[in-house]
Amino acid sequence: MPGPGIQAKIPCPCRVGKDDPGPGGAAMKLNERSLAFYATCDTPVDNSGFLYKKGGRHAAYHRRWFVLRGNMLFYFEDRASREPVGVIILEGCTVELVEAAEEFAFAVRFAGARARTYVLAAENQAAMEGWVKALSRASFDYLRLVVRELEQQLAAVRAGDCAPPPRRAPALAPKENGCACAVWSAEAASRPRPGPPPPLPPRRRVSEPNGPLHAASFVRLHQQYGQEVRALRSRWLRSRAQP
Amino acid sequence: MRYNEKELQALSRQPAELAAELGMRGPKKGSVLKRRLVKLVVNFLFYFRTDEAEPVGALLLERCRITQEEPSGFSICFMEDPERKYHFECCSEEQCQEWMGALRRASYEFMRRSLIFYRNEIQKMTGKDPLEQFGISEEARFQLGGLKA
Repeated sequence: MPGPGIQAKIPCPCRVGKDDPGPGGAAMKLNERSLAFYATCDTPVDNSGFLYKKGGRHAAYHRRWFVLRGNMLFYFEDRASREPVGVIILEGCTVELVEAAEEFAFAVRFAGARARTYVLAAENQAAMEGWVKALSRASFDYLRLVVRELEQQLAAVRAGDCAPPPRRAPALAPKENGCACAVWSAEAASRPRPGPPPPLPPRRRVSEPNGPLHAASFVRLHQQYGQEVRALRSRWLRSRAQP
Repeated sequence: MRYNEKELQALSRQPAELAAELGMRGPKKGSVLKRRLVKLVVNFLFYFRTDEAEPVGALLLERCRITQEEPSGFSICFMEDPERKYHFECCSEEQCQEWMGALRRASYEFMRRSLIFYRNEIQKMTGKDPLEQFGISEEARFQLGGLKA
C-alpha cells in the first residue's frame, strides 16, 4: 500500500493542525512525514473502520476512515487515501459514551481548560463498543503499566513461586485451570519460537512496591478511571438536562 | 496532517522517562549544533530551547533507528528516509548509552513485543494467560502472531 504516492513533497515542518491554531509565535515542529509513514505502513493495525467525526461544536459529521495504531488514531478522507487528514494522540484522554443527535456516538475527551473533545459516531452498536474498548486501552501509559505488571509476575515466577501472586478475580465465569505445565511446555516447544527476546526494561530509579501491592494499584487504577468516567458522564448528563 | 498542538504541548509537560540538556543538530544540511533540553515522554522526544516552557518540536519515535555517533553522541533516523538524521551530543559515553537504551525502548511497538514475550513466558511457566485478569487476552494486538522481525 505505501508507494510512490508517499514521496509527495515534504510537508512544511511548521504546519500546525487546523484544529487549534496557536495564539502566536512559531508553530511546534513534528516529524509529520514519519507519522504519515507510520500510519500507512503494512504491519497489522490495532483497529480500523469508518466513523463519523464531528467537525466542531456546531459542525456537521464527516465520514472518515479511521486507523488505530498504537496510541495514534489517524483519520483519512477515505480508505484508499495515502496520507492521513489528521491524527489524534491518545495520551491523557478519557473515552466515554455520549448522548448526541447521532446514534452510537462516543467522545474522546482531553483534560485541561479549553481542551478539545472529539465526538465520533460508529455505524452500529458492536462497532461503537469495539472502538470504545480499543481507544480506552490504547495509551502508551496503559501498555507500559501492563508490561511492568507482567515483568514483575515473570520475575516472581522465575524466582521459584509455583504460581503468580493471588489476585482478585474479575467477575467472569471461572476458567478451566489450564493444562498441566508439562503439556504447555510440549506445545510451546512444537510451536515456532519467537525471535530473540527483547531486553528486559530497566528497573525504574524510584523503587516500587512489588508483587501483590503493585497488582492492587493497577486494579485500583481501573476502578478509579471507571469512577471518574461515570462521574464525568453523570455531570455531563445533568448539565444537558438543564434548559 | 492535522494534529492538536495543545495536546502535544500538554504531553510535553508530563513526567519524563529521561530529560537532559544535550547538543542537537537537525537533519538539514548546514544545521548547526544547538543546546536543547531534550525530554522523553512516552513515545515522543520533545526538545525545548533551554529557557522556554513550550517545546520547539517533537519526534514520534516509531519505526526509527538509534545509532551511536562518535565520540559520545547518537543519531535518530526514520525508516522511510535513513539519510535524514537528527544528531545529539552527550557529555559522556555513559550518558550516551543511557539515552540510546531509553530511546530504543520508547516505541509503542517495542512495548508491544515485550508484552507478547512476557505473556508467552508466563504462560509457558504457569499454564495461565496473565492477560486474562485484565480482560485483554483476546485483543488481536497482543497475539503471538504479532511478533515479527
